[in-house]
Order: sequence, then C-alpha cells, then structure tokens
Amino acid sequence: MASWPILSFATFLPLVGVALILLFCRGNTPDVLRNVRYISLWTTLVTFVLTLLVWANFDPRNPGYQMVEKAGWIPEFGINYHMGVDGISVLFVVLAGFLMPLCILASWESVQVRLKEYMIAFLALETLMIGMFCALDFVLFYMFFEGVLIPMFLIIGIWGGPRRVYAAFKFFLYTLLGSVLMLLAILAMYYVAGTTDIPTITATQFPRNMQLWLWLAFFASFAVKVPMWPVHTWLPDAHVEAPTAGSVILAGVLLKMGGYGFLRFNIPILPEATEYFAPLIYTLSVVAVIYTSLVALAQEDMKKLIAYSSVAHMGFVTIGMFALNQQGIEGSVFQMLSHGVVSGALFLCVGVVYDRLHTREIARYGGLVKNMPKYAVVFLFMTMASVGLPGTAGFVGEFLVLMGVFRDNTWVAALAATGMVLGAAYALWLYRRVVYGKLTKPDVKAMFDMTPREIAVFVPLIAVVLWMGIYPSSFLNVTSASVEQLIQTYQTKLAASHAASGVSVAAR
Amino acid sequence: MEVLVVFLPLLAFLVAGSIALFGGPKAEPAAAGHGSHGHGHDDHGHAQIAHAHDDHAHHISHDELNHAHDDAHDDHHVVAGPPTVGDRVAQFVTAGSVIVSAILSWTLFFDVAVHGHPRTIELMTWIQSGTLDVKWALRVDQLTAVMLIVVNTVSACVHVYSIGYMAEDPQKPRFMGYLSLFTFAMLMLVTADNLVQLFFGWEGVGLASYLLINFWYEKPSANAAAMKAFLVNRVGDFGFALGIFAIFVLTGSVQFDTIFAKAPTLTGQTLHFLSWDFNGLTIACLLLFMGAMGKSAQLGLHTWLPDAMEGPTPVSALIHAATMVTAGVFMVCRLSPVFEYAPTALEVVTVVGGLTAFVAATIGFTQFDIKRVIAYSTMSQLGYMFFAAGVSAYGAAMFHLFTHAFFKALLFLGAGSVIHALHHEQDMRKMGGVWRKIPFTYAVMWIGNLALAGLPFFAGYYSKDMILEAAFASGSGVGRFAFALGIAAALLTAFYSWRLLFMTFHGTPRMDKEVYDHAHESPVVMLVPLAVLTLGALFAGVGFHEYFIGHDRAEFWGKAIMTLHGHDAIEAAHHHTPGWVAIAPLVVGLIGIAMAYIGYVMMPRLPGRIASTFSGIHKFLYNKWYFDELYDALFTRPAKALGYGLWKSGDGAVIDGVGPDGIAAATRDIAARTSRLQSGYVYHYAFAMVIGVVLFVAWLSVFG
Repeated sequence: MASWPILSFATFLPLVGVALILLFCRGNTPDVLRNVRYISLWTTLVTFVLTLLVWANFDPRNPGYQMVEKAGWIPEFGINYHMGVDGISVLFVVLAGFLMPLCILASWESVQVRLKEYMIAFLALETLMIGMFCALDFVLFYMFFEGVLIPMFLIIGIWGGPRRVYAAFKFFLYTLLGSVLMLLAILAMYYVAGTTDIPTITATQFPRNMQLWLWLAFFASFAVKVPMWPVHTWLPDAHVEAPTAGSVILAGVLLKMGGYGFLRFNIPILPEATEYFAPLIYTLSVVAVIYTSLVALAQEDMKKLIAYSSVAHMGFVTIGMFALNQQGIEGSVFQMLSHGVVSGALFLCVGVVYDRLHTREIARYGGLVKNMPKYAVVFLFMTMASVGLPGTAGFVGEFLVLMGVFRDNTWVAALAATGMVLGAAYALWLYRRVVYGKLTKPDVKAMFDMTPREIAVFVPLIAVVLWMGIYPSSFLNVTSASVEQLIQTYQTKLAASHAASGVSVAAR
Repeated sequence: MEVLVVFLPLLAFLVAGSIALFGGPKAEPAAAGHGSHGHGHDDHGHAQIAHAHDDHAHHISHDELNHAHDDAHDDHHVVAGPPTVGDRVAQFVTAGSVIVSAILSWTLFFDVAVHGHPRTIELMTWIQSGTLDVKWALRVDQLTAVMLIVVNTVSACVHVYSIGYMAEDPQKPRFMGYLSLFTFAMLMLVTADNLVQLFFGWEGVGLASYLLINFWYEKPSANAAAMKAFLVNRVGDFGFALGIFAIFVLTGSVQFDTIFAKAPTLTGQTLHFLSWDFNGLTIACLLLFMGAMGKSAQLGLHTWLPDAMEGPTPVSALIHAATMVTAGVFMVCRLSPVFEYAPTALEVVTVVGGLTAFVAATIGFTQFDIKRVIAYSTMSQLGYMFFAAGVSAYGAAMFHLFTHAFFKALLFLGAGSVIHALHHEQDMRKMGGVWRKIPFTYAVMWIGNLALAGLPFFAGYYSKDMILEAAFASGSGVGRFAFALGIAAALLTAFYSWRLLFMTFHGTPRMDKEVYDHAHESPVVMLVPLAVLTLGALFAGVGFHEYFIGHDRAEFWGKAIMTLHGHDAIEAAHHHTPGWVAIAPLVVGLIGIAMAYIGYVMMPRLPGRIASTFSGIHKFLYNKWYFDELYDALFTRPAKALGYGLWKSGDGAVIDGVGPDGIAAATRDIAARTSRLQSGYVYHYAFAMVIGVVLFVAWLSVFG
C-alpha cells in the first residue's frame, strides 16, 4: 500500500493545472492558447497515470476501503476529511482519469472561444469527479457531488449550442431539486448516527419508517442523475446543447454518480427500504429500457438519439443492482464502466462529423463510408459495442445484469431483454442513415476522413472496449470482493431487522 | 492445431482489413468514375448491380447514358482497374489461410471423429462472476469436427471463387476480409464449449452476415436487408439469451459437460418463468430453440433470409446456405443431451421444421429470382434438418447438414456463375437457352439439383431419405405430420429445381441478343471451387453415410450426440420402415421433375395459365404468404409510431409540460401576478390593510 496520500494527489492534481493556467497563461495569443492546451493535456495525463497507480495499488481480495486517508476537518461536528476506495469505486476513478485526456484532445480545435476558462472548467470538473468517488464522509461527498454541477452548468451554458441556456438551467434545476432532498436525508442521518462518516453510518441500523423516507430522499437525487424515467428529460437537452467533450463527461462519468450513489448508500445503509422499493426501481427501469428505446427510434438528431440510448442503457444498470445478487450488481458496475467508455466514444463519433458539417441532423448525412472509411469502421465498432455484441464491453455488462435479474424476476428479465432487439434497431438505423447509402450531398462529399489526432483519441477507446469484452476478468476481479461484501451487508442487516420485527410480533 | 484452425481466419481478416483501410489509393479513380453514374436499373430488383457494374447495366438496357468507358472496353468485362498489390495480398492471405484451415480440419476430422479422439482446449477465462464461470475454450468433438470440415471446406471454395467473381469490384480486400471474419466467427461458434461462447460465435456470424449483405452499401435495398437480417436474428437471440439464463438457473452452469451431466436429474423440475410454472427443461429448450429459429430462418423468423440475397452470391453460398444458417441445427444437435429430456420441446421442433420445409417449398416454386428460389430451397431443407432433430434423429440432421452444405453451396455458386455470365441478370424470366454457352456450369447445376432432389446415389439421397424414414418410423403423431409435409415438400423441391434448370438453361433465350452473344463460361478460378463442391455433391452421401447414419454411427458420434433408449428414430428407420415409405421420396421426386418438364419444356404456356386460373393462391404464394406485410403492420410501423408518439406527447407534453417547463411557466405566472400587486397606489395598500384588519378581528372573535 502506498504510504503517500495517493487519492488526494489524484483528486487535487487537476487543480494544480488550473493554477498553472491562471498563473502563467495570460493573453490570447496563439502561443498562450497552445500552452493552455498542453498544460491541460499533461495535467490530465499525469492524473490518469495516478489513477492507474491507484488501481495498481488496489488489492482486489480486500473488500474494504483501501488507501484510506483521514484527517480532522470540523472535529466539533465529527466531520472528517476521509478518502478511500473499494472495489466499487476504484474503477470509476480510473474511468474519470481515462476519459479526461481524451476530452481535452477532442476539444483541441473545436473550442476556440474562452479556451482558458473552458480548460479550467474541465480540470475543476475532474477534481470534483474523482473526489466524489473517493469521499468517505458525507459532507465531503456532498460537496463534491454538488460541486460537479457548477462546471458542468458553465460548460453547457457557455460553450453549448443555440438552446444552451434552456438546457443548462433544466440540467441544473432538475439535479439541484433532487440534491436538496439528499441534503435533508444526510442531516437526518447525522442526527441519528452523530457522525457523517460513511463507513460508520453504513454500520448503523435505521428504523424502518425512517429508512423509507431516507431512501426516497436519496432516490430523488440519484434517480435524476442516472437518469431514470420519468426524470430523464433533462439529459437529451443537455447532451444536444453541450459541446462534444461535455457530452462525453456527462455520459461517461456524471451519469454514473447516480448508480454509484445507489450502490454506496441506498442498498447497504437502507436495506429494508431497498427491499421495499426494489419493485419500483424495476418498473421504472423496464419502462426506461422500452420507452426510451422506442423514443430513440424516432429521433432526427444524432446526439439526442444517443442520449436516449444512454437512458435505456442506464436502465439496465439500475435493474442489475436491485437484483441484489453477484451477477446483477457486478454486471451493473461493469455496465456503467462500459457505458462510460462506449457512449463517450459514440459522442466523440458524433463530434467528428459535427466538427466538419456543423449539424447533428441525421438526414443531412448519408454515404459517409465512401469518403470516410476509417470513421465508418470506428463508428461501426462503437455501435456494435453499444448494441452489446459479444466480444465488446457492452455485452458483458448487459449479459450479467440480465442473468442476475433472471434469477430474481423473470418478467423483468424478459422485458429488459427486449432492449437487445430495440437497442439494435435504433443503433443500426442511425448507422445506416449516417454511414450507408449513396454519397450525393456535395458538402458531405467534401468531408475528409479522420485526422491523426482523432485517430489517437479513438485507438485507446477501441482497445479498452475490446479488452473489457474479451478479458473482462481484469475488471470483474476488482469489483467482486466488494460486491460480495455489499450483498452480505445487505442480507445480514435485512435478516437482523426481519428477526427483530419477528421477535416484536411474537412478544405482542 | 485446433488453435491454428480457428485463429488463422481471424489473422487473415485483420490483414485484409488493414489493407482495405490503410492500403492507400487503389483503383479508386476508376471506381469513382463508375460510382458517379446513376443507377437506373435497380427497379427490377437486379440486386447485383454494384457501382462497378454500371457499365454492364447500361449496356443491357441500351441506356443512352453511354460513357467513355464503354467505348474503351470492347470486352464486356469492364475491370475496375487491374488488381493492385494490396488486392492480391489480401486475396492470397485470406484464401490461403482458409485453405490451410480446411486442410487441417480434415486431418482433425479423421483424428477426432473417425479415430475417436475428442478433446477440449481451454484458452483463458472470459466472464467470471459469482458461480458463473465462462471460459474461452475450443471443444473439438465429433460434432465439431463435422462442422469444421463443412465450414472450412465450403469457406475455402468460396474464398477462391470470390477472387474470380469479385474481380470487377474495387473493394476486394474488404470483401475477402469480411469472408474471413465470418469464417472465424463460425469456427468460434462450432468449437464453443459453453453456451456463452456459442452466443459469441452466433452474434459474430450475425455481424459478418450484416456486413456482407450490406457489401454494396450504396443500394438502399441492401441496407434494408442487412438491418432486417440483424434485427430478426436479434429477436431469436432474445430467446437464446433467456434460454441461457434458464439453463444457468437450472443447472448452475453454462458449460456443456456440466449441463449434460445435470440434465437427467432435472426431469420434472419446474421453472417459474414469467407468471407460470413450466417444466424447466422444456422452457429452456424452447427459448434456446427460438435462437435457432432466427439463425436458421425457421417459419416465423425466416423473413430475413430471402432478403439476404442482396449480398454478393458467394456470400449467399457460404453464409446463407451452407454454414451460418445451419447453426441452429448444430445447436439442437449439440444440446441433444438436454433436448432428449424435453420431449415437448422436441415436438415443437418437429412441427416447426415440418411446416418450414413445406411453406418454404410452396413459396419457392413461384419465385422468378434465381437466388431467391435457391434461398427458399435452403429454408425448406433446414426445415428437414430440424424435424429430423425433432424426432431424435440427430445423426440424420447432421448428415443432411453435411451433404446439403456441399450441394447447396454448389447450386449457389453455379447460379453465381450463370449470373456472372449474363451480366448480373438474376431474373429467370430473362434467361433461357444458355446451356451451350456455359456447359460446365450447366453440368454442375444438374448435379447439384440431382443431389437436392435426392436422386439415388447423389448426396441428398442418403440424408433426405433417412430423415423422411426416421420421421415416419419415430411413430409419433408429430413425426408422421412432419413426414407428410416432408413428402409434399420433396415433390415441390424436385419441381422448382427443374423449373429453375429449364427456365435458366433451356428454351429460347429471353434476354437481349447482345447479352446472349456475350454469355461466357466463368474463369478457371471460379470453376475449380465448383468442381470441388461437385465432388462433395456426388460423394458426400455415399462416402459417409455409414459413419453418420449407418451401423457405425454410435461409434462415430461417441458422446457428442445422445439419444435416449427408445427414441432412436434412425434405429427404427433401419428396421421398421415399410417399403412404400422408403420409395416415396424418390417417386414424388420423379413426379416433380416430370411436372417441371411438362410445364417448362413441353407446354411453356401452361404455368402462366395455371397461375391465372388460381390467381388467388398464386398471389398468396408469390407474395410469400404475406409475412413481410404482416410484420410490417404488426411491429415495424407501430414501433416507429409509438416512438414518435412517446417522444412528442410523453416526454414533450406530459413530462416536460407538467415538470420543468410547467413549473417554470407557473413560477413566471405567479411572479407576474405578484408583481402586479405592487401597483404603487396608496389606496391599494390601504385597502389591503383594511381587509387584513377585518380578517384578523374576525379570526380573534371566532377562535379567541
């Protein structure tokens, strides 16, 4: 185990980049802007290396928190600066670290206005994201969790498309509304447990009635983030208006904060409420899978289509985790990781053609395979990964989730599995309209194939998708012990409370 | 060696794919020249007109759009630039490695099947989660060995053939690469040691099929067909996936040997699926069979196969006749130790197979597109294989799979040779009388059809007769039902096969004189594969029937196929078949040929008159029993309408209208009203104060 505070380094290193930009990059000359780009790129690359070190230092057999750092912060209230990762969170840290340099590369030329502020927003975002996945204190967690909203709000609102202000406010208000309820829940827990320490609270048993309310409060916050049907409508707007890299981070990491929250708080802390509300989650998720897949089928905007597909894929995630067995939860963690990579890559694919033609309208394209064969291959590959073709990342998560839920509830499994068919329908329909057909439109004809920089962005993504698809054990090994422990915590607490209520019934 | 057999094609795909992507400028100027001219000819469904062939097309119809190329090339073979080094390397690498694979497969076959040394090679872990443990492994037992030689032999033939057939196409490396990718996926499918790897190969061949159907990606019809193939197969895979889960819940494993060991203990065990308690094995087998129905184009999920003929003809031969579409049959045979304990599921398999054999044949004899006729014939023959498996005659099913692969690939490649000779004409109404021009093709088509119709000593004779006899001898009601449909289908098979022969090769030429004059035999590189497959069509039956279905069969199959005592329909067929049953297929076959001779040689007007007399039935059959229209009305259009409706009214009006947008509007409204209260007039404020005081006093007097 590392003797130095590696998690804090990984979390706050991007802020060093921010400081460098603020201190040394003044003015707007091309040289300065180039420096801004390179500082951002190098900062994120070094951060990525640090997150890889976190992964390397992680002991997959130990289900508990590792690389823990703890320091007094507001001791009067029992609030600490407490960081640590377990098998559920560690890979999300790596995911955030992995996607960030690609986002910087993808924004290399497409962002021209207020470049400095743009890069600062992204670096700050990285700090907040990594911090959120490492935080082991509720106050700390809440700060990171809410803090993420600010740079994202700015990224959409300043560098977004024509309706960016509407989208930014919709995004902000939706998520804030949920978060306020979560804050209340955190306060309530604090009054019961006397601390905001997450591991301590996880060990606390809350009364059943209170659990139900707390669960709903957390649910309000996380369901918006995932997003679950019917609070998903902010996502298509946010994606459509956000710049490419913003969409990548939004789909790649921000959505996972909701799923992560469910796993970290709702299930282990509130098991009785989880058991009670699981059918609700199932219902909403199945509706999400079918409903949003159908809606995706009708879309005319590339980004909107992929945004709706994200809602459907995240439906699998929530289904899997509430199956509450090994395959289901591991599958849903894996699905989040793979969706982070694949949907991020799909948004980058849209970005490639958007940079050339400046439209996301599907009908404006067609026949791209002729003049952009390399792009066609990359796009097809990611489409197939999104469809869940075995051998790609998308398959493993989907398969495990469905297998897990089949053991729990076959109706949910069968209905969710229709997503296999519908998902293929909208993805291939999109691909066909953009890439196949005859190349007739003069402006589309003039488009050139991917540049070396763009290829450099996609090569790592393709490699990871294949790796995750062919040898997912590298990832599943990391999560399995912690997931096992999570299930055990859930079941022992549940059994204990059932026994307690059984006793009290008998005593009466 | 096993590793080499499976992964050589993958390597070849990577090489050819890289050449296609990074090979630099190839014959691009010529191709671009062709591509820029409009396609005026797709309206007849001449599916084969790719951009490289536009020149022919213009030629055929005396289109006035003649361009410089036509003058430059007096020969009808307009080549899209000479093959480049990259093209040659791609062809050499792909064809070469598949040929090596094929040779190794044969040695494996003799070692594993004939000498009885099955083996499994574990490569590495794939998915491990809780008790689920899936490995990448290569299982080579007798069943796999048979599939290996089928897949690799036909694939090698098709690779070589494609060098000639696609000579005019500017994208040779891409084509060859896709073929190799397909071969790899198919090999992964047949060497799977567990259901999940089977699924991997299953979807992998689906992807390759999608890419190859869509090879000429500029044609909207090809785009649509490719998507349809993928989606219909996904519907089947939906069942397949659920079947895997059911098996896992029942047996706790997805690995074949573990499942097979557990299966006998599970009879009578129920599985709660959806809201009902089913017999566990039955429902699992039925769900798995749904996957087989999709991949093998069985009735209900068959609509993609005829449309898949949009792909180049070598693709049709390899994927949509000889190998991929037989994967479903292979799956049922592979899972024989499970299906044997699910008699209800087997009955369903039998009925579906019988119906498919019959329905496909009825559609086949009304079609005019030469490839579609063969496609329906394929579907029909797959039906035979399924009902053979359904009556527990797995050996017979596999034997027919084996012989069918040779003669059906032969028929497709032969048809390709005809199409090639006639400038990519596929409509049989525009053929005729060309047998003197292409005698070799003519001869191999005869042999292929004789094998298909099951005339004595040709390959199909042994396998098809055994299937029909086994169905009859099984003694069950569904077996007899399938037998009856199978005999009817055999009559139709012989009829449409000779209809095809007569319409294509005999009678007066119905194409343009120029086309007729230019009709030519295919190059040697295409004829050699035809010759190899002809050997298969001639000798696959007589040479191997002792192994597959004869007295050596138990030894030959070893543990790869399991038949419960008393289920063995082949055994029954050997001993208890009435004479008329054995002879019936041959008799109806000869009748079918005679009918075709009467209708298409002696009295060529007769079919037209019959068709107009029974126009209702003819229309029904010609339109393929209206399956496409039905599905379009039931699924495709409602899904799109529903999606649009949910988007606009669900997301737009209800969720956003009531939610964020509604609240925002309400807030704005209230704010506006509130701000109007601040009017600035003193008497407004005074009035409000008075009302307040009155209310306060009233409240005090009531509650105080």
